[in-house]
Amino acid sequence: MSAVTAGRSSRGVVDLVFRARELSIVAALAVLVAVTAGVNGNFLSGQGMKDIFLNASILVLLAVGQSVVVITRNIDLSAGSVVGLVAFTTGDFLAADHGRGVVFAVVLGVAIGALCGLVNGLLVSFGRVPALVVTLGTLYVIQGLDHLIAHGRQINAVDLPPALLALGNGTVLGVPYLPVIAVVVMLAVGYYLRSYASGRDFYAIGSSPEAAGLAGIPVRRRVMGAYLFSGALAGLAGVLWLSRFGTVVADAANGWELQVVSAVVVGGVAITGGVGTVYGAALGALLLTTITSALVVLKVNPFWQQAITGALLLLAISVDRLLALRVARVLRRRNARHGS
Amino acid sequence: MAPDVTAAKPAEGVSVPAGTGRGSLGRFLRWDVLVGMLLVLVFAGGSAGSPGFASIDNLSFALGDLGEIALIALAMTMLVVAAEVDLSVASVLGLSSALVGSLWDAGWAIESIIPLVIVVGAGCGLVNGLLVTRLGLPSLAVTIGTLALYRGLAYVVLGDRAIAEFPQQYVDLAVNDVPGTPVPYPVMLFILLAAVTGVVLHATGFGRSLFAIGAQEEAAQFAGIRVKRIKLTLFVLSGAIAAFAGVVYTLRYGSARADNGVGLELAVIAAVLLGGVDFDGGRGTLGGVIAGVLLIGLLRNLLMLNDVSTEIQSIVTGLLLIISVITPRLVAAVGRRRIPAPASSPPPPES
Amino acid sequence: MSEPGRGEAPLGSPPEQAPPVLALAGVSKAFGAVRALREVSLQLFAGEAHALAGENGAGKSTLVKTLAGVHRPDTGQVLLDGEPVEFHNPADAQQAGVAVIYQEPTMFPDLSVAENIFIGRQPRAALRRIDRATMHARATELFTRLGVALDPEQPARGLSIADQQLVEIAKALSRDARVLVMDEPTAALSGNEVARLFNVVKALREQGCAVLFISHRLDEIFELCQRVTTLRDGGWIASEPVAGLTHDDLIRRMVGRDLDTLYPKQETTVGEVALRVGRLTREGVFTDVSFEVRRGEIVALAGLVGAGRSEVARAIFGVDRWDAGTVEVNGRRLPAASPTAAMAAGLALVPEDRRQQGLVMDQSIERNIGLTGLKTLRRGPVISRAAERDRARDWAIRLQLKFNRLSDAVNVLSGGNQQKVVLGKWLSTRPEVLIIDEPTRGIDVGTKAEVHRLLSQLAADGLAVLMISSDLPEVLGMADRVLVMQEGRLVAEIPRDRATEESVMTAATGRAS
Repeated sequence: MSAVTAGRSSRGVVDLVFRARELSIVAALAVLVAVTAGVNGNFLSGQGMKDIFLNASILVLLAVGQSVVVITRNIDLSAGSVVGLVAFTTGDFLAADHGRGVVFAVVLGVAIGALCGLVNGLLVSFGRVPALVVTLGTLYVIQGLDHLIAHGRQINAVDLPPALLALGNGTVLGVPYLPVIAVVVMLAVGYYLRSYASGRDFYAIGSSPEAAGLAGIPVRRRVMGAYLFSGALAGLAGVLWLSRFGTVVADAANGWELQVVSAVVVGGVAITGGVGTVYGAALGALLLTTITSALVVLKVNPFWQQAITGALLLLAISVDRLLALRVARVLRRRNARHGS
Repeated sequence: MAPDVTAAKPAEGVSVPAGTGRGSLGRFLRWDVLVGMLLVLVFAGGSAGSPGFASIDNLSFALGDLGEIALIALAMTMLVVAAEVDLSVASVLGLSSALVGSLWDAGWAIESIIPLVIVVGAGCGLVNGLLVTRLGLPSLAVTIGTLALYRGLAYVVLGDRAIAEFPQQYVDLAVNDVPGTPVPYPVMLFILLAAVTGVVLHATGFGRSLFAIGAQEEAAQFAGIRVKRIKLTLFVLSGAIAAFAGVVYTLRYGSARADNGVGLELAVIAAVLLGGVDFDGGRGTLGGVIAGVLLIGLLRNLLMLNDVSTEIQSIVTGLLLIISVITPRLVAAVGRRRIPAPASSPPPPES
Repeated sequence: MSEPGRGEAPLGSPPEQAPPVLALAGVSKAFGAVRALREVSLQLFAGEAHALAGENGAGKSTLVKTLAGVHRPDTGQVLLDGEPVEFHNPADAQQAGVAVIYQEPTMFPDLSVAENIFIGRQPRAALRRIDRATMHARATELFTRLGVALDPEQPARGLSIADQQLVEIAKALSRDARVLVMDEPTAALSGNEVARLFNVVKALREQGCAVLFISHRLDEIFELCQRVTTLRDGGWIASEPVAGLTHDDLIRRMVGRDLDTLYPKQETTVGEVALRVGRLTREGVFTDVSFEVRRGEIVALAGLVGAGRSEVARAIFGVDRWDAGTVEVNGRRLPAASPTAAMAAGLALVPEDRRQQGLVMDQSIERNIGLTGLKTLRRGPVISRAAERDRARDWAIRLQLKFNRLSDAVNVLSGGNQQKVVLGKWLSTRPEVLIIDEPTRGIDVGTKAEVHRLLSQLAADGLAVLMISSDLPEVLGMADRVLVMQEGRLVAEIPRDRATEESVMTAATGRAS
């Protein structure tokens, strides 16, 4: 009997920790929006909100892909550079011939992204080298490739087919396409991770790689899959980046990998794997985007943005760690009492 | 006399095999020896292929260009041997550069700026170290956070301004050669520090502790080694050296900018891993790292001489990093397949 | 009873005509220099509980891992229903219906109990979605069958080891496992938990499961099993019915020699108190532990795995922090959490886990021995390699270490020789109090006797020894006094003349005798 009650309450503790994370992000968002709107009413204007959601969409897509990788106890630092590469190459491709359609651009972008993800996945899962070092390396290689292809050129909106630009700035029933795409992808991935056996494998691998091997989970194939997916989403994000901004130079999305990782970790996906949801990661992305916009409205030196990204990342991993220690201590005491 | 020989000398004096007990194959094909041979090949190839490469002036320039990477690599070697890593070094370098610029702009004397930024750098390292040792967080995660944080602070300090016109005698110290030699002052400093580091790493109790911590942290702790304190020291050292490298960088380019040295951590880590230091800790030699640093430096110089764009240089550095982490594992995997080596077999039974 | 020689046909009388569900035939397995299994054969029949007996290091765990598909035999065969099979990985073995319950199960701490049971085989609804309701219901049903009250939705993190084992058994049930292998499942369980586990296992056996059961507690073997196979030093000794055997018969097969020579306890004169521990407490781990150890004395700290013995040792030595209490060495109080201070005061700790805590496996013999003497080996700022080598050679000779070169990595040595390196590493610090945790775990019988002789000799020379051991004959054979811990508390102190297997186990499990 007591085992059940102990179980119930430890489930309560753990549940609470994660609910608390998502709730506290929502609370932080609310406070941030309220304060900023109090200082400057324009913050809540239609255009202001639209900008936030448009900007957040691309980060949300990247964060969703990154979550899947981080849940398996890995990391993909090359995401930002893939966005840059895809944005420029698809732009270049479309600018060369206006007859090429949007669908084709999306397919091409996703394919390039998936290829980058494939390389990462192969190196990490078969080379058995630390993911952070490998993807730091591919980050620079992909960035270099991007610069090499761009060679100082710039893609301009006028060179692009209008249909593509409509994708980035048009609306359906008054809602811009980008947030719709981001939310659909987020919900689909969230559902997959929760409700499909292969989705649960990602959590199992991150929770305990050894146990995953013993349980017969195809660890390498899943890790490959996570990178492939993260790369493909980064490719999609690259096409959307192009459609949103129209003007692209080689270092588009430079440094975004830090924002993405920060969003994911702030959103409650444990850097040690096995824990977290894409919904939390998306909330984290929304929070970071809102902070950036708020800094502008509050006339804070915009250069604070990167420092805040880093500080939030540190805060998130520290809080995660302290909570884990607290939970472990509570459970240890309970077991000690329970046993006697 | 080729400059790389002078630079390599202290290394050879102190390079002691750390990875004992490898197979006979491993004894003859030691990674750091291989890198040394590769270095000679690149040098020979470069001299033959690119006129002007082997000139004293060019080599002196190439060495000077390596100064910051080489200095930071010394601290990074000790960290990686102890199975930790500091990805924030380039950001500390940038923050240091931004501070030098803004303080100089505000009328401070350079004599007080330099010690101050080194203290700030040590503080940055202390933050890394405390997060790693007190909270038990992985250093990869911590220092990727501080990579963003410190670079962000650099921008907060200096924005997108660039400060120039530093006092000539200090610029000379960063750029000029030691009289009578083709060795720039920062490189001379590096040689001295490398000698000290080599002795510390390979011949003192502190060095032994680092290898033990990296190879088996728990065993080191059970042997009475103050693991946390040592790690903290390393992070502080790494921060201080990165900040000093920021000063050298600023003076050498004569320009303080917040984005100075972006991506430099990659070259440093590539050099360390290329030099045969095991990313999992417990293995490596300083001699290997010096060979790794020189190899990267010469390659970059060769690419530059041949008018290869900086983009390709970035690709080459990234590839080198990937190759240097992957090759040892592949070699180990192949070795395992060929001879069922006892060292790499699963743990014997504890019934 | 005479022992059958090696190489004879694997004996034991198959109780039924059907071929064994699972069998090993002449299996050998080596790890480097260590020959973990030599020509071992074993047959498991449906509806039968089979015990695997043997000392630490006899090869039991290797055998289990071979059945589980973790290791592949160097020579010999695994037979399933009489047909040779090859398990390339654990999944193959699971597929074949072999379920293994380890002493400390490997679980996914972040997933729920139900998910842990069904990972990879979740019940599906339309569109191959996971049917959580069915999963929950089936988990509940399994727990009902097992007669245990566990919540399928609680996270596995924080489950006690006993509950984790039950989850593993539920997993085996859900797979309709035909063979259940249990590797020392009771080592960390309390009396009630053992009784609960046994009920479950008996029920499974009656349903036609073949059970392979490993335990150090002979009583449990006699209570649960029909047949027993004994291993010694990796070799097969006997397979026979349990009925008709006595405790002494079994011990003789396991040990292979008289107990007297294995435990050469010398009479010593007991001196003044060297180590005094007063009301030491670490919250949630151990509480109010007080005892003293005198010079010339070997005091054993007995109890179940998980009773908090090693944790007390770690705290005394300063690897872990203690929350309250005092530790005094020769009358001087030690600061909390400082191994350095403990070493300076004359404490030495030979830890439980040789490979993780005792040695730096990749490094050489001389470096490992030198690691505790980095300050004394200094000449100026630099370590003297000559002094380091001298010190290592000195102890290697004294301890009769078998090695090629002092510069060889310790991971090529056998378990017994590795333990000697750890001993050398600590004895070279000239300690006054030696804490030694599981001194002979995983080492061969010959070395075991050597280690015991050494401990005896050290005590005779005036060293105070605190020995933690799960090996009851060792505790009884070596100790002047036995302290018994149960669930974090010191519950009994038994002098040598009154210490018996029964008195110690009674105190350790809290079971009335």
